[in-house]
Amino acid sequence: MVPVSYYILLSGILFSIGVLGFLIRRNVLVVFMSVELMLNAANLALVAFAKEMGTLSGQVIVFLVMTVAAAEAGVGLAIIMLFYRNRKSANVDDGNLMKW
Amino acid sequence: MIEYVWLVPFLPLLGFIINGILGKKLGKNLVSWIGCGSVGLSFLISVKIFFELLSLPAEERVFEKIVFPWIYSGLFKVNISFLLDPLSCVMLFVVTGVGFIIHIYSIGYMREDKGYFRFFSFLNLFVFSMLVLVLADNFLLLYLGWEAVGLCSYLLIGFWYEKKSASDAAKKAFIVNRIGDFGFALGVMLIFWTFGSLNYSEVFQTAPSTLVAGGGLVTAITLLLFLGAVGKSAQIPLYVWLPDAMEGPTPVSALIHAATMVTAGVYMVARCHILYELAPFSMGLIAVIGAITAIYTASIAMVQNDIKRVLAYSTISQLGYMFLGCGMGAFAAGIFHLMTHAFFKALLFLGAGSVMHALSGELNMQKMGALKEKIPVTFWTTFAAILAISGIPFFSGFFSKDEILWKTFSQGNFILWLIGVLTAGMTAFYMFRLLFLTFFGKSRVEESIKPHIHESPRVMTIPLIVLAILSVFGGYVGVPKSLGGANNFEHFLSPVFGEKGGLVAYSVSTEYLLMALSVALALLGIFFAYRFYIKKPELPKSLAQRYSFPYKILLNKYYVDELYVKIIVNPLLKFATFLWQFLDIKVIDGIANGLADIVYWFGGMSRKIQTGYVRNYALGMVLGALLVLAYFILR
Repeated sequence: MVPVSYYILLSGILFSIGVLGFLIRRNVLVVFMSVELMLNAANLALVAFAKEMGTLSGQVIVFLVMTVAAAEAGVGLAIIMLFYRNRKSANVDDGNLMKW
Repeated sequence: MIEYVWLVPFLPLLGFIINGILGKKLGKNLVSWIGCGSVGLSFLISVKIFFELLSLPAEERVFEKIVFPWIYSGLFKVNISFLLDPLSCVMLFVVTGVGFIIHIYSIGYMREDKGYFRFFSFLNLFVFSMLVLVLADNFLLLYLGWEAVGLCSYLLIGFWYEKKSASDAAKKAFIVNRIGDFGFALGVMLIFWTFGSLNYSEVFQTAPSTLVAGGGLVTAITLLLFLGAVGKSAQIPLYVWLPDAMEGPTPVSALIHAATMVTAGVYMVARCHILYELAPFSMGLIAVIGAITAIYTASIAMVQNDIKRVLAYSTISQLGYMFLGCGMGAFAAGIFHLMTHAFFKALLFLGAGSVMHALSGELNMQKMGALKEKIPVTFWTTFAAILAISGIPFFSGFFSKDEILWKTFSQGNFILWLIGVLTAGMTAFYMFRLLFLTFFGKSRVEESIKPHIHESPRVMTIPLIVLAILSVFGGYVGVPKSLGGANNFEHFLSPVFGEKGGLVAYSVSTEYLLMALSVALALLGIFFAYRFYIKKPELPKSLAQRYSFPYKILLNKYYVDELYVKIIVNPLLKFATFLWQFLDIKVIDGIANGLADIVYWFGGMSRKIQTGYVRNYALGMVLGALLVLAYFILR
């Protein structure tokens, strides 16, 4: 079968792409998508290990993570919408009022 | 009724609380009733207690009443409890009786004052404190009363607090007293350390066995306690507050600085006589200080022009007599003089107040004169008091003063006796000088005041008359055996002091001779006063010019106040200013403000982290996560 290390590597690459996207991209929605990407990378790692260990715990945790991701997506999109309404811009650098 | 002895101090305390809190609303009439009534009731209870005490046989005239437990802390056990024996009975009489008379007088004297109710509440507080002092049966309660009378003295001297000289005098009184109280507190602590208890009966009963007679410990205790007495009873060197205390209203001078508070020191020495009899050095020192103070202040009194100042110095001088008596072991004589002095000195002060009332507040004797016909009641009562204080036979002062002088002489202290007799002559001189300058001669009163001269109202003259009767006849309780009396006073106090029988090595004829000598000196003093102030009124002025140097020294009270200011007050003031400006402002405030400044600086640096950029925060999160990861990998 495919060695588990391939899955882990893939998960790591996906996670790094997500982090980079989170730090670099300017559009708020793209940053949000990167967060989802990070979460799913973690899901992949969890499933891979679950299959490797033969237990079901990993699969169940994935359920939890997905639920959290979904709820977070809902709330986050609401915030982004309000952000756009107030700032008239989808640039993440424009939310800089709470500074010293 | 003896069970209810706690009522005696409690009633004035109640008067203080009611008048103090509700006085403004109650109106002058009710305030007077409460103020005087409480002390009056205390007096009546004291009288009843006295008769009950008399009905007991002499050895059993001791009664202790624990009112309630106060401090129980391990080995330290102190109650609020009162001791009734002949000595405290005499003091009760003096405090409540003379106090009541002075309260009545104050109704008239302070009538126009806007602080009327405050005056009466403070007076009541004072009577309460003094009663606690004399009734206490342990040293801690005594100290409480001691401090409280000092406080009341401050409140009452500075009664007209808006006047700077009055508030200064009040501060001076309290601070000088404090120096004495410091010694007193040390003495009390030493007593506790030695005896393990502060209760009079426990201390006095075990004292002869615990303490080495004449040893260092008992001398230290007695000297420290005496230091308190020096402050409270205005002896050298802590007498300087009493003349300034005349800034207070005259009833205050009469009550506190003539009859009661200043006698607390004498009372304390008499109460602790068992300790003092074990320390002959202290007794000697007390007698010497008493005698020197007596003659020193008498010399100052001879040239003062302020009528109240003369009386103030006279008080200090007479207190010196009382201490001389106690120092010679004649405690009963000292207390006897305390009682007669209370009568005639209070009368003198109230009389001076009456004169001031008649002259719309004039204090300077050089601006008085020829008042004899205009204010007769005041004149005759003051005259009676002056006869008493000068030691004229058959008046009260004669018996008490002579008792002290006799006891001094019969123990061989000729020098002290001589000082005492000379002081008696000087006393007669300056008292009659006061009489002649105030009431006789040509009128030197200011023209604007002359038509307003009037006798005081009855509420003021009746107390004068009562005190005059006491000054004249009050001495008859102590007529010595040599003159045919039974010396009832000394008998009454003998359960406290023990009969002092076997000192007399001289015959009765010597006693007569000494009596005659002191009377002769008194008459000589009166003759000089007559010559100076009636026959040849220009004589004092010319003498003052010829001997201007001694005159100036006496007039300026030997410059002692200036000396104290230079040696003690100014250095302390400089030190206090240094502590304030350097230590307090620079160091302590510097540290406190400095801490605040550090926090401010730190906050100033830390706030720069909040840039407001979301991506900066995101970077921070990532870096943090990397750090945690690195930690786990490298572990």
